[in-house]
Amino acid sequence: MNLLDFITRLLAATLAMGTSLTYATLGEVYTEKTGILNLGMEGTMLMGALAGFATAFNTGNLLLALLMSMLVGALLSLIHAFLCITMRANQVVAGLAITMFGTGLANFLGQRLGPATNNFNLTGMNIANKFSNIAIPGLSGIPIIGALFDVSLLTYALYAILPFSWFFMYKTKHGMVVRAVGENPRTAAAMGISVTKIRYLYTLIGGMFAGLGGACLSLSFIPSWNEGMTGGKGWIVIALVIFSTWNPGRVVIGTLVFGGITSLQFSLQAAGLKMVIPSQFLGFSPYLITLVVLTAMTIINQKKKGSFASPSALGVSFAIDDK
Amino acid sequence: MRLGLEKRDYRSTRMTVLVPIVSLLISFLLGAIVLAISNVNPLQTYGAMLKGAFGSQTKIQYTIAKTIPLLLCGLAVGIAFRLKFWNIGAEGQYVAGVIGITWVMQFWTFLPNMLLLPVGMLIGVLCGAFWGGIPGALKAQWSVDETLTTLMMNYIIIGYAEYLYINAWKAPRGNMGTVRYPEFAWLPRIWGRVHSGIYFALILVVILWFVLYKTRWGFELNMIGKNRRAAQCQGVSIKRNIILAMLVSGGIAGLAGVIDSAAVTHQLTKGVNSGYGFTGIIIAWMSGLNPFVSIMVALIMAALETGSDALQLMKLPAAMGEVMQGLILIPLLAGSIFTEYKLVTHTSHKEATV
Amino acid sequence: MSEKNTDETPVVRMVNITKHFPGVLANDSVDLTLHRGEVLALLGENGAGKSTLMNMLVGLYRPDSGEIFVKGKMAEINSPQDSMALGIGMIHQEFMLVGNMTVAENIILGMKDLPFVPPMADIKAKITELSKRYGLQVYPDKVIQDLSVGEQQRVEILKLLYRGADILILDEPTAVLTPGEARDLNEILKKMLAEGKSAIFITHKMDEVMEFSHTVQVLRRGKSVSSCPTNTIKRVQDLANMMVGRDILFSLDRGPYKPTDVMVEARDITVLPIGGGKPVLDKVSFSIRGGEIFGIAGVAGNGQQQLTEALTGLLRVDSGTILLNGKDMTNKTPLQVIKSGVSHIPADRGRMGVVGDMSVGDNLSMKKYRTQELSSHSVINKSWVRKFADHLIDVFTIKTPSQDTSVKFLSGGNIQKTILAREIDSCGGILIAVYPSRGLDVGATEAVRQNLIKQRDKGNAVLLVSEELEELLMVADKIAVMFEGRIMDIVDADKASTERLGMLMAGVEREDV
Repeated sequence: MNLLDFITRLLAATLAMGTSLTYATLGEVYTEKTGILNLGMEGTMLMGALAGFATAFNTGNLLLALLMSMLVGALLSLIHAFLCITMRANQVVAGLAITMFGTGLANFLGQRLGPATNNFNLTGMNIANKFSNIAIPGLSGIPIIGALFDVSLLTYALYAILPFSWFFMYKTKHGMVVRAVGENPRTAAAMGISVTKIRYLYTLIGGMFAGLGGACLSLSFIPSWNEGMTGGKGWIVIALVIFSTWNPGRVVIGTLVFGGITSLQFSLQAAGLKMVIPSQFLGFSPYLITLVVLTAMTIINQKKKGSFASPSALGVSFAIDDK
Repeated sequence: MRLGLEKRDYRSTRMTVLVPIVSLLISFLLGAIVLAISNVNPLQTYGAMLKGAFGSQTKIQYTIAKTIPLLLCGLAVGIAFRLKFWNIGAEGQYVAGVIGITWVMQFWTFLPNMLLLPVGMLIGVLCGAFWGGIPGALKAQWSVDETLTTLMMNYIIIGYAEYLYINAWKAPRGNMGTVRYPEFAWLPRIWGRVHSGIYFALILVVILWFVLYKTRWGFELNMIGKNRRAAQCQGVSIKRNIILAMLVSGGIAGLAGVIDSAAVTHQLTKGVNSGYGFTGIIIAWMSGLNPFVSIMVALIMAALETGSDALQLMKLPAAMGEVMQGLILIPLLAGSIFTEYKLVTHTSHKEATV
Repeated sequence: MSEKNTDETPVVRMVNITKHFPGVLANDSVDLTLHRGEVLALLGENGAGKSTLMNMLVGLYRPDSGEIFVKGKMAEINSPQDSMALGIGMIHQEFMLVGNMTVAENIILGMKDLPFVPPMADIKAKITELSKRYGLQVYPDKVIQDLSVGEQQRVEILKLLYRGADILILDEPTAVLTPGEARDLNEILKKMLAEGKSAIFITHKMDEVMEFSHTVQVLRRGKSVSSCPTNTIKRVQDLANMMVGRDILFSLDRGPYKPTDVMVEARDITVLPIGGGKPVLDKVSFSIRGGEIFGIAGVAGNGQQQLTEALTGLLRVDSGTILLNGKDMTNKTPLQVIKSGVSHIPADRGRMGVVGDMSVGDNLSMKKYRTQELSSHSVINKSWVRKFADHLIDVFTIKTPSQDTSVKFLSGGNIQKTILAREIDSCGGILIAVYPSRGLDVGATEAVRQNLIKQRDKGNAVLLVSEELEELLMVADKIAVMFEGRIMDIVDADKASTERLGMLMAGVEREDV
């Protein structure tokens, strides 16, 4: 196998791996941009994966499966929004509660929504349809970048969603409102913006994207249901948001790097190459990189104010009557 | 007319006690609804869980044995939370503890038999403290967000542990897991499954309660947690205390790992990231950071885990325990607001003008 | 100012407005009338209910009862958007601007009739046009956090003009401005009035009332106590009496000025800002003797806060020397500074002075918990703490249900008394007080000042930072004026005049006078 081939395959694997992460990260960026930290991503993604797979398994309808995963993601983050916005609960703890509840509920439902023949268990079941890769004739044959044109519909959709998200955030009036609410909610309120409404809305949107991110795992990447199949991806998402510096346009950089590192170990194995570094080291390297990058960014921010700053009101509850 | 929240003039003690109890009841009610919707008899399931957790002497022993690491993790998290330092890395600090003791057990064989366990435990605790101290130092020195650093460090150490038990320290037989600790270095059992780790946990509860509520250091932690800037103005060193608290927090989480591996698993192997560290967060929060209340909450959490193991045998969905653990926090988080705020009805000002 | 025009329906009429907050009656049946082309000064002490009343006019709060008429019609104002639609806009004391967004983005933020993608080029052109018309120079592409305070205020005004506001409410607009900038603001206001706009001007400074307004309305403890044309006011003293409800005391009991040894000495203290730029503190030097109150005057934000933080160990200095009680205390920790005998009454009492969620007793013992007086070895003795706290509550007449009550439930005056009690009790010769009477009622203010003087008479060195010249002239023995991080001059209080201090505060050097 030549190098060109190897890189092409690596890129393809990276895209497959990165799609799920990109959706969820994009969702979390939207949520955090309004000042709400949702650490419930892991649970929300898993619920999305479950909802998507269960729907596809029981109806065979992929579109319905996607819609269900989005709905379930939104519902779960509605709880988070209610706790953090209406009840002004601590966002860190609320997010953890969402993750635990979501993880538990997904695993529980996975043991209930399957066929009676399998003791209602969904694990080990297959689905008839999945989001498989669609090659664009001509383009997909090009070395390396051809990988970009042999992906699933879920990935193709991102080619439009990502630039639009950037445009939405920085060029439209709605994006302006989102940024204002996360940066200075008092001001936003004084300008007649309902901080509560905006925060609810984008927490729900964030949940929808997370649900979708989960569905990518169970409907396209490895079409199956396994308990805890997100395997910590929801936490990577939290890290990727920092990588993106809360800019939806930069989300893809982080997801490609992370997806790439994760895929590298498989690609190398597939290529029959002996690993120099143990695979576990590659496995945790994204977290290590995030740790280093986060520390570096924080230090730089202090030296030169606001270079990579998070939304100022991130994690702080807001009530107009608070003085 | 519409509902609204109004800040109370005082903190309601009645609500402080009432909210957790009502929350617990609500969460079981919600759990019952989840069960009923998915066509499972709630009463039967809860009954099975209760029996699974406390139905026989052995089951009680299992539940208590599980309470020990959970309680320790809850205490560990509680110390950091007191400073509003959101340590969600108890999971990783726990694993660091296990790695520490395993290292001693594997390679410090030159030690006299008698010393192997105490030295192993000490090293494990130090490893946990070190792993907790890093995010503490990052926060103290450069205010690096601890939620994210502790979270990242969980996955780093879990990955490293995996490398150790699959590659570097793997026992010659089998495909994963280290060689078991020598039997003379196990923590002795005292009542069936219940091991002597319980002494450590209970003594620590008393010590922590005393330190947090009675000493100068406890007073300083309280000040920092409630108003960092004011504490600083009073001459309390924020940096020093954050690092110190995180060393203690990490050390206690490490101790949880040390005790569980010395008494139960006797090796470093798959499943070392047991989730105790994450459950510890629920325990710390539900107990209102009070060490004595933590005992009770840890017991409930342990019962949910052992209780759901029993479900599996009865072909009932075993994941119900997980659902309940997450569900328990939600009404509590929603209800906490009532200790500081009260529900009022607003009338629009036109109606009010008589 | 020119004659106002009164022969039409008022643009704003607020009738019988009442508003409660938990434990406070913020507005009690207040009436207010504003005419076209008029500047109405809303005068009152901090906490008199001025901001609350205006916040109801712009829909941030809703009145419990009462009616609001705008341009003759009854108005139901439930949100800032409602008030904006009626042409009412407010410039809050704390600017309502998003720091990391541009001027243009801030100006159009939240406007409902914008298209999905706002046409930024047109918007910027309109902003430039408006800014030329009223002499408000700003650059639409600049990011807010790079602007000076004066420039940010101009953005705020532009924001209202852009939205077509013709009734402007300004909440203490000069508090952050130098006298020169304040004059500019006056000019801008005049231009707007000439176009038929009206303004309400919230202030607690009497000279501004005389200078800016046509009509003055005075609020006291939530009630409207007077409303009359400004030109009928004969003496500023009368306004002051209306505002506080009785003759202000212009003298306090104080012993003769008997300075002793130098206890605080600052030599060339310099603090550079993060990321470079003008020094925050620029070679600040002074000394304070025992038995002396050393006042620091200046518009807030000219380095006073940083100076006191440097003295108390909360802020590192880049160069210079600090000697406290004769010992070098440069860049020592706050604890070392405290141990050298320094007590500190910080500027922001809620955020720096007390821990709101802890009890009065705990807050009182926050300096001495570490001493043998309240603890043995490392263990705090609760019963000693109780006795100690009860004693202080008694001596300083702190009004609290019990020492177990959380401090945050006390009134501002009693919170400040708690801080005073703690700091004075533990004082080892040096007392640093930063805006100690800010936002307090007359009674509490008097108590604060009297306590400072008592410390001076006992032979302690007192540093008093204040934005009120009146207070400094009344209390201090020497007054230093700070401007842009420098000490402009140090004068004896009994020889200083308000005019001269005012010039110094504006940065005018001695030679230029």
